[in-house]
Amino acid sequence: MIVSTQSVRFDSIQLESGVVITPVDVAYQTYGELNANRSNAILALHAFTGDAHAAGISEESGKPGWWDNMVGPHKAFDTNKYFVICANVLGGCRGTTGPSSIDPQTGKPFAMSFPMITIGDMVRLQHKLVTHLGISRLLAVAGGSMGGMQVLEWAVRYPDMVAAAFPIATTGRHSAQQIAFNEVGRQAIMADPDWNGGNYYGQNPPRRGLSVARMVGHITYMSDDSMREKFGRRFKSREGIAFAFDDEFEVESYLRYRGSQFVDRFDANSYLYITKAMDVFDLSQGFPTLGAALEQAKARFLVISFTSDWLYPSYQSLEIVSALRSRGKDVAYCELSSNYGHDAFLVEVGEQTELIRGFLGRVQKEAA
Amino acid sequence: MGTTPPVTYRRLVKEVLNRGDYAIIGELIEPGSKVLDLGCSEGELLEWLMDNKNVRASGVELNRERVQQAIARGVSVYQGDIDQGLIDYPPKTFDYVILSQTLQQTLKPLKVLKEMLRVGKQIIVAFPNFGHWSVRLSHLLSGRAPKTGLFPYDWYDSPNIHFLTVDDFEDLCREQKWGVERRFFLSGNRRVTVMPNLTAEIAVYMIRESEKNL
Repeated sequence: MIVSTQSVRFDSIQLESGVVITPVDVAYQTYGELNANRSNAILALHAFTGDAHAAGISEESGKPGWWDNMVGPHKAFDTNKYFVICANVLGGCRGTTGPSSIDPQTGKPFAMSFPMITIGDMVRLQHKLVTHLGISRLLAVAGGSMGGMQVLEWAVRYPDMVAAAFPIATTGRHSAQQIAFNEVGRQAIMADPDWNGGNYYGQNPPRRGLSVARMVGHITYMSDDSMREKFGRRFKSREGIAFAFDDEFEVESYLRYRGSQFVDRFDANSYLYITKAMDVFDLSQGFPTLGAALEQAKARFLVISFTSDWLYPSYQSLEIVSALRSRGKDVAYCELSSNYGHDAFLVEVGEQTELIRGFLGRVQKEAA
Repeated sequence: MGTTPPVTYRRLVKEVLNRGDYAIIGELIEPGSKVLDLGCSEGELLEWLMDNKNVRASGVELNRERVQQAIARGVSVYQGDIDQGLIDYPPKTFDYVILSQTLQQTLKPLKVLKEMLRVGKQIIVAFPNFGHWSVRLSHLLSGRAPKTGLFPYDWYDSPNIHFLTVDDFEDLCREQKWGVERRFFLSGNRRVTVMPNLTAEIAVYMIRESEKNL
């Protein structure tokens, strides 16, 4: 399945802060066919550094999408049955308006003049896209990690538009630990002289800072078990200890490689804006409790967490489940067994497929 | 809700999913109601109730693999312990709370029953009757922990940690002043009415909190 990214421009978007961005572009892809009564649409929501390319082989890059093992013919989100949409988030750097986009007022990239954005703003923009595509009700919204935060936001903000919600390996709000890791990443970028107050476009981007930020991120996505299994204390070469600060351990080499790969595809300012949006996200904001926020929701929920995920631990999913139950909402919950840490939500395909396929089939049957 | 549905007094129960108690539960539950099944295993009964009674179904199950199977059927099952799993629910969230052949496996049966009555307008409890003649005979003749078709386990690997009889359960209902709305007794898929404490293999009770507690 060869796919290409499409784009749509909206006149403006008003942010939660009150600031208006004019105009705003959204990059998105779709898979499968929208049925005649427009009732089979599913919105897939990407995690922090993902993009609109969720499935199939990209016409532009030749690479498979970030959720290609879950979205496609006969997969969990079966594109023979469903019409799946995925869009790059607001503040991103993969086609949707973000800090690296040109500010029409100045003719230069926004850089740090880009307004602060929230998870709610990302969802507002997705809502514009979904409406633009002529869809008034989504069969499901699904996503892991930051995508899961958007799932929760969708279910609360647009309750009549969501039949089923799949928040995976996510939280209603970041803990101090999650904020702390993001802050280390941001400080690494800002400490790089090449960051230059955010004004590096057309010059050297802050490669070292962004690379270190990504290295920290990768550690939090794995688990002690998965790192021990993948790297152990193995050396990169056979000679053993080099008595130098080269990347002598395999784990060092891996992190450096991942860091350097990342800077070629991701904008450092987007890193700052998006991590901040995650940190300030609090589903209960504006409500007395998390339960009061979720009281708004009308969707059937399937919440999934993973045993070894210490970045988004199961207790955070259980908070959501508990709040939903306290309001008598329809919620299924399963903690899947995995050694892969937070990465599990992208890696553990088999069991998630079984859960999502069955649950989704039932929701579609009920909606029909 | 309100009126109790009519239950046909057939002598032979037409089994649902090969279970006599499921057939009775299936008849008791009103269409379109909100149902919670505790220890729902792979969600077979809830799926049947969704398909045939159009209920809004929820379940609680401890075993991860069974939870996965149930969710894959499209049933909203929560992975957790029924001894403490109902805390989140506000009072009278459900029209019916079902506990089918699990009471004898819970750590604190009375606490579970009270919690069920808190979150459910009515509760349906099915349990194997330890007073059945075959159990009594097995114990009397062997002098060992009874092993029968109904209680096939060795003492050391039995999931059953509390053993109760029909008369025990009647005593409890009286003590707690619970209102027994319906009671059914099964031997195989045959309904029995005479001396149930001796003849019933499975007992099914539908209970609500007594009028003065409401």
